[in-house]
Amino acid sequence: MLRKISFVVVSVLSMLVVAVCAFAAPPIKIGGLFAVTGPASFLGEPERNTAQMVVNEINAAGGIKGRRFELVAYDTQGDATKAVQAANRLIKEDRVVAIIGPSTTGDTMAVIPIAERAHIPLVSCAAGSKITAPVKRWVFKTAQNDALAVARIYEHLAGKKLTRVAILTVSDGFGSSGREQLKANAARYGIRIVSDDTYGPKDTDMTAQLTKIRGSQAQAIICWGTNPGPAVIARNARQIGLKIPLFMSHGVSSKKFIELAGDAAEGIILPSGRVIVADLLPNSDRQKKSLLAFVKDYQRHYRAEGDHFGGHAWDAVMLLKTAVERGGDNPAAIRDQLEKIRNFAGIGGVFSYSPADHAGLNKDAFVLVEVRNRDWALVK
Amino acid sequence: MNLVQQLSQYILSGLSTGAIYALIGVGFAIIHNATGIINFAQGEFVMLGGMLTFFFFSALKVPLLLAVALATGVSTMAGVVFERLAIRPLKNATPINLVIITIGGSILIRGIAMLLLGKDTHSLPTFSGDEPIMLGGATVLPQHLWIFAVTLVVIVCSKLFFSHTISGKAMRACSYNRRAAGLVGIDVRRMVLFSFTISAAMGSMAGIIIAPLTMTSYDVGVMLGLKGFCAAIIGGMSSGLGTVFGGLILGVLEALGAGLFSSGYKDAIAFIILLLILFIRPQGLFRRGESERV
Repeated sequence: MLRKISFVVVSVLSMLVVAVCAFAAPPIKIGGLFAVTGPASFLGEPERNTAQMVVNEINAAGGIKGRRFELVAYDTQGDATKAVQAANRLIKEDRVVAIIGPSTTGDTMAVIPIAERAHIPLVSCAAGSKITAPVKRWVFKTAQNDALAVARIYEHLAGKKLTRVAILTVSDGFGSSGREQLKANAARYGIRIVSDDTYGPKDTDMTAQLTKIRGSQAQAIICWGTNPGPAVIARNARQIGLKIPLFMSHGVSSKKFIELAGDAAEGIILPSGRVIVADLLPNSDRQKKSLLAFVKDYQRHYRAEGDHFGGHAWDAVMLLKTAVERGGDNPAAIRDQLEKIRNFAGIGGVFSYSPADHAGLNKDAFVLVEVRNRDWALVK
Repeated sequence: MNLVQQLSQYILSGLSTGAIYALIGVGFAIIHNATGIINFAQGEFVMLGGMLTFFFFSALKVPLLLAVALATGVSTMAGVVFERLAIRPLKNATPINLVIITIGGSILIRGIAMLLLGKDTHSLPTFSGDEPIMLGGATVLPQHLWIFAVTLVVIVCSKLFFSHTISGKAMRACSYNRRAAGLVGIDVRRMVLFSFTISAAMGSMAGIIIAPLTMTSYDVGVMLGLKGFCAAIIGGMSSGLGTVFGGLILGVLEALGAGLFSSGYKDAIAFIILLLILFIRPQGLFRRGESERV
C-alpha cells in the first residue's frame, strides 16, 4: 500500500517538475489568420504552409533567445465574420503576442478594429492599400500595394511613348482596386485611358470586350485579374488577332498562368515580385539570398513552387522574429520594434517601416517580367 | 475596324458561347420533362466532364480521345448514382423537395471534386489546333467549330430519339402524364433514371468540348449551370430547338451587351432576360399558351 502511495506521489511530483521546467521557458505564441479553404485558398494555403515552415525552422535553429516560437493558426475561409471570431479567440484564449494575416483585404479590414482595441500588432498578408493608409498604430502589412504595380507598368509605357491605353479589369475586389489605381495614376505618367471595360471572374469568353478595344484608339491593353480570366483574355486576344501589346497585373505572376494561356502568353509583360525570377536576379540583388532560401525550403517541404503569397507570410514571420529579438515578447515592444525596422530584405521587397509608413515598400518591390519560351524573363 | 466587322465578331462570339449554353440547357430540359424537377446539379456534370478529362489526360497520361471517353463514362455513372441515391429513394416527394435535393447534390459533387481533383484551374489542349479561322472579318477557333458540331449532333440525335424510338416516346409520355404513362405499362422510374443518364452524358460532353477554350476547375459548374438554365427557360423547357435558340439568343445578347453597352452588365443581361421570360411568357418564347407541362 505504502509503495503504491509513494509511487503516485513520486509520479505526481515528477509531472509537476516537468511542468515547471516547461513553464520556465514558455513558447512565444503568435497567431495566424489564413484563408486556407474557400475562394481565397490560393492565398491562404501557401501562407499557412510557409508560416508553419518558417516557425519550425526558427525553432530547429534554437528558437529566439532559447525560447520557442509557437504558431496558432486558424482558417478564416475568406469570410470576414469568421476572421473576426478567430481574431478574438487568438487574443482572448490563446493570448498571442502578435497576429499574422488575414489573407484578404476584406478580412483584414474587419480584424483591424479588434487588433487596435486589444493593442496587438497585426501584420497583414493582404494587398489592399487602405489597410495601412491612413496609418493605424498596430497594423502593418507585407504584401505590395497595387499602386506600386501600376506605377511599374505606367513607367514602362511612358518610356515606350505608348500613351493611350485600354484597361480590362475583373469585377471583384482585386480588379476594382486595380481599376481605381490605374485611373488615379494615369495622369501622372501622361497616360490616357481610352477604354474602360470589366469582365466577371467566372466569364468564359472575353472576345466582345477585346473586339471593342480593337475598335478603340488604344496602343496597349492592361488587364487586371487573377486566373483563369487573364489566361482566357490572352487566348481571346490571339484569336481575334489583336496586335497591340498586352500587359497583365501581378495577380497572374505564377507558372500557372503560362500553363493556362499556353502559346498565347508569349510576349505578355507584367509586374511581379522577385520570387518567380529569383535565379535570374543579379548577385548584387539584396533580396536574392532570402528568395533562394525561401524557394528551396518550400520546394523541400511541400514539393511545390514557392509563390508570392507564401512570401508574404515568410516576410511577416521574419519581421516579427526580428522585432522580438530586438525588443522582447510583449505586444507593445514588438510594435515599436516593427516600426523601427529598416532595409529588411525579404521576399516581397526591401522593407523599411516608419511611423508614417506601415506598408514599408516602394516600387522597386516589383520587377517587370516578360513571358518568353514559356518561361519568365526579366525586362531590362 | 468598322462597325460591321465588330458586329459580326460580337455575333459570332455570342453564337459560340450560346451553343454551350444550349447544350447545357437541353440537359435541364430532358430531366425536367421526364421528372418535373429542375436538376440544379446539371452544371456539376459539365464540371465533371472537363475536370475528369483533365485528370485522365494529365495525371494518368491516357490519350486525349480515350480520356474524353472515360470522362464521359464516369460522369454518366455519376449521374446514374446520383439518381439512385438521391432521387429514387424519395417516395412522394414534392418537386420543390427534389429541387432542393439537387442543389444539395450539386454542392456535394463540387466538394468531392475539389477534394479529389484539387482547387486549381486547368486547361486542356484544343482538339484540332489554335489557328484562328477568318469568317467575314470575324474570327473563330477550330474548337468553336467543334462546339457547334457537337451541339448539332446532340440536338439531332435527341430529336430522333424522342420522336422515333420506343424509349424516347415513353419518356415523352412520362412528361405529359406520369400516372397515365404508368397505367399503360411504362416503367416511369426507369425513364427517370434514363433521363438522368442522358443529361449527365450531355452535360459532361459540353464540359469536355469547352474546357480547351474556357479552362476548367471544380467550381465552373455553378455559372454555366445557371446560364444553361436560362437557355432552357427561354426555350420553354423544350428538349429540342426551343432551348437551342434560347441558348443562342442568350449568348448573342450577352456579347452585344458587353460590346456595345457595358461589359459590367453582361451577367445582369442573362438574369434580366430570365426574369422577364418568367414574368411575361413563362411557357417560353417559342411555345403557344399551353403550359400544361408539369
